[in-house]
Amino acid sequence: MVFQSILFLNADDIANIDLSNEPVFFKDLNIDQIIDAITFGRNEYNLKPFFYKSPNDIETIKYRQEIMRDLENNELFKCIKSFSEKFQHMREDLKQADKLYYKYQKERWFLDAVNLYVDAVACLANDLSQIDLKSKGFIVFKEYIFDYVKSDLFMSLNNATKKLEEDLSSVKYSILIRGNSIKVGKYESEINYSHIVEETFKKFKEGDTKDYRKKFSEYTDMNHVEAKILDLVAQLYKEIFEELDDYCIRNSHFIDDRIGTFEREVQFYMSYLEFISKFKDAGLKFCYPKVDSESKEVFDYGCFDLALANKLISNKSTVVTNDFYLSGKERIFVVSGPNQGGKTTFARTFGQVHYLASIGCPVPGYKAQLFLFDNIFTHFEREENVNELHGKLEDELIRIYDILSKVTSDSIVILNEIFTSTTLKDAVFLSKKIIDRIIDLDLLCVWVTFIDELSTYSEKTVSVVSTVVPDNPSLRTYKLIRKPADGLSYAITIAEKYGLTYEHIKERVKS
Amino acid sequence: MKTLLLYKNRDFDMKQDLPWNEQMLVQDLGLNVVFDAMAKGDEFLYDVVYKVVLTSLYDIDEILYRQDILRDCLKNPSVVRTIYDIAVETLENEKKNFWSIFSSYPSSILHSSIELMYMYVDMLIKLRKIAEENFYKFESEGFKSLFSMLQKELNDEYIETVKAHLKELKFENGVLISAELGKGNKGINYILRKPNEIKQSLIEKIFSKKTTAFTFYIADRDESGMKALSELKDRGINLAANALAQSADHVNGFFKMLKTELAFYVGCTNLYEELTKIGEPICFPVPLSAENRRHSFSGLYDISLSLTMKKRVVSNDLNADRKDLFVITGANQGGKTTFLRSIGLAQLMMQSGMFVAAEKFSANICAGLFTHFKREEDDKMNSGKLDEELSRMSDIVDNVRKNSMILFNESFAATNEREGSEISRQIISALLEVGVKIFFVTHLYELSRSLYDKKLDNVIFLRAERKPDGKRSFKLVEDEPLKTSYGEDLYKKIFKDG
Repeated sequence: MVFQSILFLNADDIANIDLSNEPVFFKDLNIDQIIDAITFGRNEYNLKPFFYKSPNDIETIKYRQEIMRDLENNELFKCIKSFSEKFQHMREDLKQADKLYYKYQKERWFLDAVNLYVDAVACLANDLSQIDLKSKGFIVFKEYIFDYVKSDLFMSLNNATKKLEEDLSSVKYSILIRGNSIKVGKYESEINYSHIVEETFKKFKEGDTKDYRKKFSEYTDMNHVEAKILDLVAQLYKEIFEELDDYCIRNSHFIDDRIGTFEREVQFYMSYLEFISKFKDAGLKFCYPKVDSESKEVFDYGCFDLALANKLISNKSTVVTNDFYLSGKERIFVVSGPNQGGKTTFARTFGQVHYLASIGCPVPGYKAQLFLFDNIFTHFEREENVNELHGKLEDELIRIYDILSKVTSDSIVILNEIFTSTTLKDAVFLSKKIIDRIIDLDLLCVWVTFIDELSTYSEKTVSVVSTVVPDNPSLRTYKLIRKPADGLSYAITIAEKYGLTYEHIKERVKS
Repeated sequence: MKTLLLYKNRDFDMKQDLPWNEQMLVQDLGLNVVFDAMAKGDEFLYDVVYKVVLTSLYDIDEILYRQDILRDCLKNPSVVRTIYDIAVETLENEKKNFWSIFSSYPSSILHSSIELMYMYVDMLIKLRKIAEENFYKFESEGFKSLFSMLQKELNDEYIETVKAHLKELKFENGVLISAELGKGNKGINYILRKPNEIKQSLIEKIFSKKTTAFTFYIADRDESGMKALSELKDRGINLAANALAQSADHVNGFFKMLKTELAFYVGCTNLYEELTKIGEPICFPVPLSAENRRHSFSGLYDISLSLTMKKRVVSNDLNADRKDLFVITGANQGGKTTFLRSIGLAQLMMQSGMFVAAEKFSANICAGLFTHFKREEDDKMNSGKLDEELSRMSDIVDNVRKNSMILFNESFAATNEREGSEISRQIISALLEVGVKIFFVTHLYELSRSLYDKKLDNVIFLRAERKPDGKRSFKLVEDEPLKTSYGEDLYKKIFKDG
C-alpha cells in the first residue's frame, strides 16, 4: 500500500471532502457545538468538512480508530504536535515575508520559513523511526517520509539552508552614535560596559527588584535608519548577502504536496484528542466502540452529553454519566420522568455517540457497541411562534412524515417532546400511529415523551426514567435509569460534623 | 548589603503571612495595648512591631541573637535613634525630590538614577561615620557586623569608583553599541561597549587591520530618523540604566530594611521606658527547646493589664517541670484570665526576642500559639454557640502540630456540663497524645475532677486563690479543683447583702 491519506481509504472521499455541508441533525443534537469546540483555534485548517462527512464504511472507521489509538501514545502525539506547530510557524513566516518591504528582510523571513520546514520534516522522520507504530496509516506514512528525507532534493535544500542561517547569525557589527552621526563597522571585541556597571553596583543587590529595562516594542518591519544600517552591514559582509539573494530565487516552491496534506488531515485526530483530554483529566472515560452494521444490540456504559459536559467542566461542575443498552428485540428508548431530569440530554447523548463512532472517534463511555447507521433523523420541539398552534402541529406532522419517508431500516430516529401542542387524546393517537411505523421498520429510536403508554407499548420499547439527585442541588445533569433509585439520609452528631472526636483529631493532626 | 538585625542570616519580610489566628491572638491576649505602648502613636512602628511580635521564632539561637541586640539598644538608646532617623531622612529625601525615575525611557531613567545615587552615597557616608564613632559601645553580634560591614563595603576607594562611573555614564563621547542580526535581519543583542583604548603607535595603527566603517548622518529635519536614532541609543544603554536604577532601588531597600528592623528595637525601647515609669520589672527570658516541657517563672504579670491600669499589678510564680496540661480552676474574677493572658503574652514576647513581663522567666519554645477563648459577646442561642466554638476549634486542629501550645478559656461550656466535659475530654486527650501543650481554664467540674482523679504526672492543677475571708488575692496556687466557683461571693459583693 502506498501512502495516500491519513484520513481516507476511498479516493472519491478525498476529492470531494471540502464540498460537504453540516448534516441537518447537528443542531438538534448539539453536535455543532461539539465540532466548534473541537476545531477551535484551528481555523487555518478548515477542519469542519472532515467532521461533516461520515465515511459510512467499517474499514475506514477501523483505519481511523487504529490511527487514533496510535496517537493516544503521548510520544507520538507530542511529535506530531511539534511537527504541526513548526508548520504553522512556517506559514506565518511566509506570510510575513510577503508583507515586508525591504529586500534583505523579506529574504531572511523566507529563509527562516524553509528552515522550519526542513527541521519539521527531518525531525518527524527521526521521531517516527523511534516510535512503535501499529496503525496501517502511520506505517505507510512513515515509509513515505523516510524516502522523502533521503531524496537529493530534500538533502540539498537542507544543506543550503543551514549554511546560510549559520553565516548570517555569525554577523556582528557595531555602531557609534554621536549627535546625528552613525558609524557602522565590524565589531572589534570592545568590552561590555553594562557588565562593568552592573559589577560595580553589585554589592547593593538584595533580592528581587523592579525591572527597569524598557520593553521595546518589537515591530517586525524596519524604519529607514535600521534599513540603512542593514544595507551598510550587507556591504561589510558582501558574500553572505549575495548568496542569500540567489537562494531565494532557486527555492520558491519547497513544500512536498503529500506531506502538506498530511499535516492538515492529521489535525482531525489531534483536535479530537486534545478536546477529550480535558474530560479525561476530570475522570471521565472514553472508549473505542465496536461499530457493527448488523447488530442493533447497542450499548454504552458511562456515557455523557459531550456538549453539555464541555460547559459543565468549564464551570467546574460535576458531570453525571449514564448507561444505556438495548438487548434482544429492544429498539426504542421511551424516556419519561420529571422535567429537568436530563431527558433531552439522554436523547442527545445517544445520537452523539453514534455519530462520533461513525467518523472513527472514541466516544464517551468506558465500553460501547454502536450501530453503523446510514442517517440520523431528529425532531426536537422548538419554541416557535406561539400564536400559530394549529400550524405547529401541522408542521410537526409534515416533518415527521418527511422523516418516515426517508428512513431506511439502518437509520436512527430521535424524537423530543412532539405533539405537545395538541390534546392528550390526539397526542396518544398520533404517537401510536408513528410508533407502529417505527416498530415495523425496526428502527433504532429514542423518544422523549410525556405519554406513559408508549413505554410499555411493545416488546421493542424500553422505559427509561429521569431522576433528580436528592441531596446535591448543584448537580446539573441527572441519572436516567430503568428503575427508580433510593434516597439517602444522613445522621451526624455535631462533634463528628466538625471532626473533633478523639479519633478524628488524632488522625487530623498526624497527617 | 544587608542589615540583619532581626535575623542573623536573612531579611525580615514585611509581606509574609502572619499566623492565621493573628486577630484572635491580638484580641484574646490584649496585644493592642502592648503595641500602642511600643508605637507611641507612630503608624510605621505599630505596623512593624505588630508583624514582628506575631511572627514567632522557633529557634533558641535566633531568640538570643535578638535579645543581645535589644540589650545594646536599651544601653544606647540615643545612638540607635540617630541611626533610625538617618534612615527616615534618606527615605523622605527620595520621596520628595526624585520623581522622574518612573519614566520608561532608559536615557531619562539613567539620568535620574545618577542624581539619586549621588544623594544615597552622601547618606551612606554619614551612616559609616556613626558606625566608626560608636563601634566600641556595642557588644551584640548583630550591631558589630552591621557596623563593620558599613566600614568595609563603603570605604573611600569604593566611593571614588562609584563616583567615576556616575560621571562616565553621562556619555560625553558618544554611545558605542554592538549588535547582531536577528529575525528578519533586524538588529538584536544591542550591547553597550566601552571603546578600546588606543595604545598602539601611529605606525602600528596604519599598518594593522584596515578597519572599514561607513558613516551616515540623519538630516536635521528628519524627525522620525532622530526618533529611530534615540531608540537605538536607548536599546544600547538599557541594561546600564537598569543596573543603576536597580542599584538605587537596592540602596533604598537597604535604608528601608534598616528602618524596618530598627523600628522593632525602637518599639521595644519605648515599651521598656514606659514600664520603667510604672515601676514594673522586666527580664530577658531563658528559652528552652520545644521538646522540653517547662514553665517556671516568678513575678509574671499581665503586661497589657499593667499598661492599661498604669500601675503595678498582681503577679504569679510557678515552677512546673515536665507538665503537658495545666488545668486552672477556681473563683470567678480570681485572676484566671489574667494569668492565661500573661502566659500567652510572655510566650509571644519571648519568641519574638523581646524581654518579658516578669522577674524571671523560662519556658520551652512552642510550635505555634493558639487561643480558644469563650466569646462573651456572642448572644446566639446555645446550640449555635457550641457550633461556633467547635468550628473555631476545628480551625485550630487544622493548624496545630506537635509542641504547639493552646490556651483554652472556659471552652465548650455552651452546652450542659456532661456533654461539655465529654467533648473537652476527647479533645484534650487526643491533643496530649499528639504532643500539644495545653492551658485549660474551666468551670466544668466534672471534667477537672475526672482529670484530677487520674493522678497523671504530666498534669498540674492550679486554682484561683480564695482567702478564708472570701477575698481574692488574684494569685493562683497549685491545688485540686473545687466544686463551686464562688459565684455566691460575687453575688454577695455585687448585691451587697450578706
